[in-house]
Amino acid sequence: MHRVYMDANATTPLAPEVFAVMRLWFTEQFGNASSIHFHGQRARAAVERARDQVARLLGCRPAEVVFTSGGTEGDNLALTGVLTPGDHLITSSIEHHAVLHTAERLQERGIDVTFLPIDGSGAVDPGDVRRALRPNTQLISVMMANNEIGTLQPVAQIGVIAREADVYFHTDAVQAVGKVPIDVKAIDCDLLTVSGHKFHGPQGTGALYIRRGTHPVPLIFGGPQERQRRAGTENLPGIVGLGQAAEMAQAFVAGGGPARLAALRDRLEQGILNRVAESGVYGAASPRVPNTTNLWFDHLEGEALVIALDLKGLAVSGGSACMSGATEPSHVLTAMGVLPERARASLRFSLDTAATDADVDFAIDLVPAAIAHLRELSPTYNRATKQEPAASGIAQ
Amino acid sequence: MIDTVTNPKTDPRRAAATEPRTIAVAMSGGVDSSTVAAMLQAEGHTLVGLTMQLWNQRRLAGREGMPEEVQGRCCSVDDVYDARRVAERLGIPYYLVNHQERFERDVVKPFVAEYLAGRTPIPCSLCNNHLKFDQLLLTARQIGAELIATGHYARNEYDEASGRWLLKRPADASKDQTYFLFGLTQEQLAHTLFPLGGYTKPEVREQARAFDLGIATKPDSQEICFIPGGDYKRFIDAYLDEQGETMPDSSGELVTTAGTVAGHHEGIHQFTVGQRKGLGVASPSPLYVLSIDPESHRVTIGSEDELLTRTLTARQLNWISVADLTAPMRVRVKVRHRHEPAPATIEKTGPDEVTATFDEPVRAVTPGQAAVFYQEDVVVGGGWIVADS
Repeated sequence: MHRVYMDANATTPLAPEVFAVMRLWFTEQFGNASSIHFHGQRARAAVERARDQVARLLGCRPAEVVFTSGGTEGDNLALTGVLTPGDHLITSSIEHHAVLHTAERLQERGIDVTFLPIDGSGAVDPGDVRRALRPNTQLISVMMANNEIGTLQPVAQIGVIAREADVYFHTDAVQAVGKVPIDVKAIDCDLLTVSGHKFHGPQGTGALYIRRGTHPVPLIFGGPQERQRRAGTENLPGIVGLGQAAEMAQAFVAGGGPARLAALRDRLEQGILNRVAESGVYGAASPRVPNTTNLWFDHLEGEALVIALDLKGLAVSGGSACMSGATEPSHVLTAMGVLPERARASLRFSLDTAATDADVDFAIDLVPAAIAHLRELSPTYNRATKQEPAASGIAQ
Repeated sequence: MIDTVTNPKTDPRRAAATEPRTIAVAMSGGVDSSTVAAMLQAEGHTLVGLTMQLWNQRRLAGREGMPEEVQGRCCSVDDVYDARRVAERLGIPYYLVNHQERFERDVVKPFVAEYLAGRTPIPCSLCNNHLKFDQLLLTARQIGAELIATGHYARNEYDEASGRWLLKRPADASKDQTYFLFGLTQEQLAHTLFPLGGYTKPEVREQARAFDLGIATKPDSQEICFIPGGDYKRFIDAYLDEQGETMPDSSGELVTTAGTVAGHHEGIHQFTVGQRKGLGVASPSPLYVLSIDPESHRVTIGSEDELLTRTLTARQLNWISVADLTAPMRVRVKVRHRHEPAPATIEKTGPDEVTATFDEPVRAVTPGQAAVFYQEDVVVGGGWIVADS
């Protein structure tokens, strides 16, 4: 079966160039980067080369990069590392669960948390951040790009607010890397989370930028690796893979890749909206990452649509992959004020860097036909269409 | 539901033997539905495995009276894992579909309400009517399947003479599940396969072993799927607690048929007609619950003889082998799952009401249970037993 993958925000395929550099460390080369001998030195050099690559991607010093097991660990380390009972955390209600659930756990441990509301634009209002500040505010954590609808958050403005208030600022940039330029100085953040597998690097790899002078309490204790910020023997193949993927992501963004992706995404979006009545796109009024669009279609169940499309070869998602099979409609869409019925009838398309015009054509052919079939069988659609004329357009 | 009963000439099942169909298999992770998937695959059909996520077993864990560690049968992580593994072995696509909201609305809430009203509900029938053969069938058709197949022990076939789809008892009488399926519409029967109807349970286990599905020795599920351990009273307490509702006070008197007060009880939901244990009344001969009055909260108790009744009334009827009951009919009536159907005459006593008169008195006819009417192995129809007024 011809299969097209449009779920890059869940994960991306490993780039062949990334696998090539990893392969060496699974086969010919090995070493513990802490060892004194030749093998150790060779491993150390590889780790530091990768650290340089990640530092260049983020615009920081190599010493400010800590390798982790992925985005979730980075978010956990950032939040739990700088907060102690009595502190106040400001975060948004549309964060990834790696931040949201960590914040809830911290709440149980005596940390005050403000979950900022959000409106239909899908972006945090910096004014809300400023108004939420308290004397005991210790950390602001707002994501750079939302994983479900792709909206870019005003992190540079929030960085200014954090600096003025002299509080730490963390941003989960997992969905931004490889899609938009990243510069920790421009954002003026103290902590920034990266996940390797979202930009064609290996799963189980990630990095946390920790600004010099910031000292989060480690999550994992043991040996002195990563300047005592993250214990455990380095995942050599993973780290060199992450470094290579970071270098390629930087080149992709600098070389006009995002504009090409945005053109494909826009054509996909319009192609589907033009062919499907009673549909729309979330967050279109805000700046978005170029690869993501989240569409709603009234009078159908998103779950059945995702399955029907998968059986025809198109891989998309009804929300975030972590939430598949959950009862609750998306917390992001709910926070934006979307009603549960519509939130459940939403579809996320996220393109990876290899997306082609042919992929977009495939989806534009398939999706409207699948929706028409589902609506034909939907009792609510048949009732509704007899009463009111169909409408199409961009909303939310 | 719109009546779009399949024309027998173009019925997908007519062609099933010669032409492969796209079939959604309702997979629970158990022996029966896993074997169904393997059998249909061996016949060359295109399959999609579906498991319905109906209830979160962790939801009430740790609440008043409920165990901390819940090991329920329904939708447990283990069962989903088993179903997924079977699908992987067979190489068929598999999806977990979420119907928890609908299950709570159409099965769990009515289940609790029925007990609180002094009746004894059958959640499995509600689940079949509202989830398995309604929502799941819809999902199946939405994703491009023509039919659904389940691991129920029952048979269905199209009857040319009457122009109706029939529901029939299976080859293995000890596993007969037709009692729980009496609510199926013609539309639903036309789009459902029961591949196990012709087999006995040992034969099915043998098939599961032959197909090497890795689940052949899994024990059968016995209890109500969302009530691990089967203690429905504790479940109702915990559910009401979670909903922020207090258990309505339905305590009252235990009285004999002569009207003598024999004791007090804590709530009518603790009783079911025919119950002997837990009455808290000392007596030289065994005493049984005869009836429960939801208005006065009075629970009437008496001897086993007094449990016998000659008639029952059923409402919310569904007819299968006939379009409607137009004249008195000789049938056998089954009044609970483990009951040998008893000879009776049924006749209409209202637009949606049937009265059955038994040849010999039957024991413990219980409001809230189903009365299912059979002629030989064919299900004529059925309805829900109501209290005699």
